[in-house]
Amino acid sequence: MSDRMLSCTAALAEALYEEMSRDETIFIIGEDLTAHAGVFGQFEGIFENFPDRIIDTPISETAIAGVGLGAALTGLRPFVDLHFSDFVTCCMDELTNQTAKIRYMFGGQVNVPMVIWCPDGAGLRAAAQHSQSLEAWFVHTPGLKVVVPSEPADVKGLIKSAIRDDDPVMFFQHKKLFAKQGPVPVGDIAIPLGRAAVKRTGKDISLLSYGSGFYLCQDALEELGKLDIDAEIVDLRTLNPLDMDTIAGSITKTHRVVIVHEACLTGGFGAELAARIQDELFDYLDAPVKRVAAKNVPIPFSPTLEDYVLPKISDVIEAARAVTYRM
Amino acid sequence: MNESIEDYISYYRTMVTIRQFETLAVELFAAGKIPGFIHVSIGQEASAVGVCSCLRVDDYVTTTHRGHGHMIAKGADLKKMMAELFAKKTGYCKGKGGSMHIADFSLGILGANGVVAGGLPIATGAGFSIKMRKTDQVAVCFFGDGAANRGTVHEAMNMASIWKLPIIFVVENNKYASTTPQRYACSVSDICSRAAGYNMPGVAVDGNSLLKVRAAALEAVQRARAGEGPSFIETKTYRLRGHYEGDPQKYRTEAEVEAWKTKKDPVKGFADFLTQNKMLTKELNQQICSDVESELKEAIMFADQSPSPEPEAALEDLFVSYPG
Repeated sequence: MSDRMLSCTAALAEALYEEMSRDETIFIIGEDLTAHAGVFGQFEGIFENFPDRIIDTPISETAIAGVGLGAALTGLRPFVDLHFSDFVTCCMDELTNQTAKIRYMFGGQVNVPMVIWCPDGAGLRAAAQHSQSLEAWFVHTPGLKVVVPSEPADVKGLIKSAIRDDDPVMFFQHKKLFAKQGPVPVGDIAIPLGRAAVKRTGKDISLLSYGSGFYLCQDALEELGKLDIDAEIVDLRTLNPLDMDTIAGSITKTHRVVIVHEACLTGGFGAELAARIQDELFDYLDAPVKRVAAKNVPIPFSPTLEDYVLPKISDVIEAARAVTYRM
Repeated sequence: MNESIEDYISYYRTMVTIRQFETLAVELFAAGKIPGFIHVSIGQEASAVGVCSCLRVDDYVTTTHRGHGHMIAKGADLKKMMAELFAKKTGYCKGKGGSMHIADFSLGILGANGVVAGGLPIATGAGFSIKMRKTDQVAVCFFGDGAANRGTVHEAMNMASIWKLPIIFVVENNKYASTTPQRYACSVSDICSRAAGYNMPGVAVDGNSLLKVRAAALEAVQRARAGEGPSFIETKTYRLRGHYEGDPQKYRTEAEVEAWKTKKDPVKGFADFLTQNKMLTKELNQQICSDVESELKEAIMFADQSPSPEPEAALEDLFVSYPG
């Protein structure tokens, strides 16, 4: 099957169209979905094809998440659009106390096949309450799967798997990446959850990243090449389940690791990953694991301030030099 | 309402079952057989049975931390319930839930809930799902006067109303949210008056009268099945025990509790009604009570003799599928 160039939003819309055509229990629910095909145009064509299965709601995140959960418990497969990932705080009980725990605390009596779709990330000068990367909160909540794709093909393949999964999946898509183009396979390509992708092979250093962090790594490659650092890029794609096999395969080859994510440093997913690497792969490391992340402040509005806070290509290069001792 | 004597007796039997189940649970808790803590609904049986007796097996119910009565009224298995309270492997949730987290999805019981007002958004989802699947099921959401003050109620009721979902919101006003009196914490004395703000019918009924609760619930269920939308029922009741077993109850007087116990006991009240109407003889009443007692004795024996879960079972049931 051939690939075409699609944006991340087009890849999402195509996957949703294909899945909704296949399974009539799938529906989309959230705020402002039908007037403009979603606030980011992510549901282009869905209303025209499935007018009864894309549901506009009042501004009621608690009830939106709860409706998703209640519907998932009673035979449907909801795709819950949270508008901006920052609004998870308005339905945190429904997500972490209810959705994440229901199967477990009721002894496995029931499945919760629900996708919670969260547009996240900074760089749009949207300031502190519309720019966060909150994936680590949900990795820290047993019972939720967490997916953070980067490229359009990953979006298509992973959203298909997330929708088909019988467990609740938090699906974070970076707002700034919606327009990113990339080759996307035609047809039914599902990428299993829990499988990372080695997107560039290299021998000197493993750059472990996901979401927008992947592009930072990719954009650092040229400069790293000039420094004679041959970097391997591992796009984690899903944080829970985490593909430690692929991570280990890369580290046992390169012996040096830089973790790159846009979420702030402290308590970020990089902290968990670094802990696991030192625990499971200590003997293979030739340098301490370095993390590249946002500074530990809320995302500020001013472009000068925001750019200062967010991780940059130069941070990746600096960290790569540090772990390869080429300062 | 074409109710036979058998129907009335069956409602009574269910009320007696709830009363005895919880009375025994209180004793077993005090005896150290039940770990953690429990919240019993002794005194509120008419509300649970009055509503659930109007439902079909395939209708949905969400309940609360005080959910034993709703579970039993919806048909839950007493052995599995008791075993869950005992934290045993044979319990409804294999010992992972306990008193506050029991569910039986095969009976439409979408779960008790440890979060006050946690059931409302879920019930709204069940109602939405019913509408989407075009069945004539209904969803009932039980909550308390304390829950009535949470924001989830507003979102759930508004959504249920705009979409005309087949939901019955049942607020059991037992006068106290944990230690906080309803008269202090609620902006209105009749919580049902809030229903008007959501453009849905709201009524308050004597929550200790099985027949009055049933009448209100029947109307609401019919309305929901007919696609006419949600309803709101406030059952005015009283919990005769503390918020939890061991509650020192400094927020109310013994005289107040005693008055409700002697004048408004819902189980005794319904027994009196049945007796006056020649549906219940002393002998039949004794028979019912002793049948229920034997059934519960069996449930307790089952729970007591059941094994505890293997420690490693703590790692099961989190996900349907997980690689590795």
